[in-house]
Amino acid sequence: MKQRQSLPRKAMWITILTLTGCLIGTSLFALPALAEEKYTIGGIFAVTGRASFLGDPEKRSMELAAEEVNKNGGIDGKMVETVIYDTEGDPTKAVMGVSKLLNKDRAITIIGPSTTPTTLAVMPMAERAETPLISCAAGNKITQPVKPWVFKTAQSDILAVAAIYQHMKEKGIKKVGLLTVSNAFGESGREQLREQADQFGIQVVQDENFGAKDTDMTAQLTKIRSADPDAIVCWGTNPGPAVVAKNVQQLKIEVPLYQSHGVASPKFIELAGDSAEGIYLPTGKILVADLLPDSDPQKPVLKEYIQKYTEKYKMPVSGFGGYAYDAMKILARAMEGAGGDKAKIRENLETMKEYVGVSGAFNFTKEDHNGLGPDAFVMVQIRNGNWKLVE
Amino acid sequence: MQEVLQYLFSGLTNGAIYAVIAVGFSMLYSATDLINFAHGEFVMLGSLFLVTLWGAWQIPLPIAFLLTVACVALTGLLFERFAIRTVRKPQPIVLVIITVGASIFLRGVAMILWGKDAYSLPPFSNQPPLELAGATLLIQSVWIIVISLLLVFGLHLFYRRTLTGKAMQATAISKRAAWITGIPAGLMVLLAFVMSTGVGAVAGMIIAPVTMCSYDMGTLLGLKGFCAAMLGGIGSLWGALLGGILLGVLEALGVGLISSALKDGVAFILLLLILYFRPGGLIGAAESARF
Repeated sequence: MKQRQSLPRKAMWITILTLTGCLIGTSLFALPALAEEKYTIGGIFAVTGRASFLGDPEKRSMELAAEEVNKNGGIDGKMVETVIYDTEGDPTKAVMGVSKLLNKDRAITIIGPSTTPTTLAVMPMAERAETPLISCAAGNKITQPVKPWVFKTAQSDILAVAAIYQHMKEKGIKKVGLLTVSNAFGESGREQLREQADQFGIQVVQDENFGAKDTDMTAQLTKIRSADPDAIVCWGTNPGPAVVAKNVQQLKIEVPLYQSHGVASPKFIELAGDSAEGIYLPTGKILVADLLPDSDPQKPVLKEYIQKYTEKYKMPVSGFGGYAYDAMKILARAMEGAGGDKAKIRENLETMKEYVGVSGAFNFTKEDHNGLGPDAFVMVQIRNGNWKLVE
Repeated sequence: MQEVLQYLFSGLTNGAIYAVIAVGFSMLYSATDLINFAHGEFVMLGSLFLVTLWGAWQIPLPIAFLLTVACVALTGLLFERFAIRTVRKPQPIVLVIITVGASIFLRGVAMILWGKDAYSLPPFSNQPPLELAGATLLIQSVWIIVISLLLVFGLHLFYRRTLTGKAMQATAISKRAAWITGIPAGLMVLLAFVMSTGVGAVAGMIIAPVTMCSYDMGTLLGLKGFCAAMLGGIGSLWGALLGGILLGVLEALGVGLISSALKDGVAFILLLLILYFRPGGLIGAAESARF
């Protein structure tokens, strides 16, 4: 009895399921038809969480750039629409966000994520979906080795390390002690610092690390001090490096302290207080836009970006938002005439030359998907609570 | 030699911080049999309240200090009243999970109120660091060590010498028996919550000038404090002090003599060893030895 009764019921369920399936199917197929009036560009940034100092200005800058593109008549007459998801700096959430962008929103290209770990997590997805991804993270593992569909606009650690070592070489520094944060940013910096030391005739005499949330680094610094280096390089993002700066002052270590571009923001000076005095660090030119000579081709671009950003958001510009601004602008240029064809956009990106952006002059090639040269960084020193260009 | 002394100083500073946090854990555990995993968040609240009251509003330090303790203790009171007391079946596992939830909640609220950026505070008194045989110790570290010792000693006196303290101990041993003898057991549990979160606030305030304060600083501090409390023997005040300082010093020596990559590992290796060989902790191995 029971079995016979269940048969019609089964049939009913099958009908319902097929019907819903059909409905979902048709709505999915209907989506691209609707979206044809505009280009959807996905954004994925760490808008909240620990890396929000990157993601928040990046989201704002991407929106700002998209607005500009639309104001100038869009791309080939079509408007740009941005869909932005928050990764919270978490690789799992980044993967979820990118799959939403690819499958639900049908994004033509994706800008972001903000950090190296999240980017590394989503790169294979962009490759599989053959969708261009322009990352805003610094780690050089993103573009080395080159993946056909992955680009990035943030300056690599390679360039930052080169800028620091070049400066040391000029000052006659031979031995350095390293103190790096134990996460992807610190590891990547540490690798580069060790790798490039020989080229500049520099020897790494002590190599220590610290946790991102540690409250005291005097033990590590004591160990470094006993190795007697000529300079100390600290590689991390706030607030750890500010604690390092304070500890260096406490231990009365006299040798110069170098920090990474990861702390190139006024927040660092605020956190470290007077212990920030005399610290050297490499930074993109945005931090010192006013101090640049007029001959610098980036100066007008920087001024325009800073003015527009402060006007729109009523807050000071950050050193990191420019990555997303550049990405959006470069993308808009690459999409011109491509008719929304992803392969064509990719090709245009790879062959783009001499695009002067906020982070530097981009020259993409088949071998270089970052496209920046050593001139993207300048060395600055903190003096009287302010940045000073180092000649 | 000079290095080892510096490692010791560094370890003492961190150790005293862990100790104060561990004391908070221990106090609450002995009165209620509850591990409050939101304790680290109360430490964070202490830091951030001080950032606002002393750093931003320029209220004189002693008043700001007391106000912060009051604010955080009030939060602890509300936490007990609304999240813990209202549970219909107060099984330990349910309560522990509630504290985990509360920690996420408090972190979220702090993120909204104070933003995502870190803050820094000046030290309590502006003197150059102490120098001893080539090793330096921040004056703030001296503050931390002195305040934590005073706090533990004060609590010890409270439990041994005052009627309220003894009543709390009685409640801890048996709620029902205490109630029969006329001790308001519910009030004692509430008091334990208020005091434990107040102690957490003190920990947060004294470390604020050495570390940076942000909404997510509490988690790791809470875990380290929990480790220290287990190490010393949870429920014992002096155990918490010993566990904290031992943990801090061993961490610093681990960094200095072995490798800095091992720093956080040391705490958890110690925790495993102690749970394996001496589950009751260094002090208070016997189950009755509370306080």
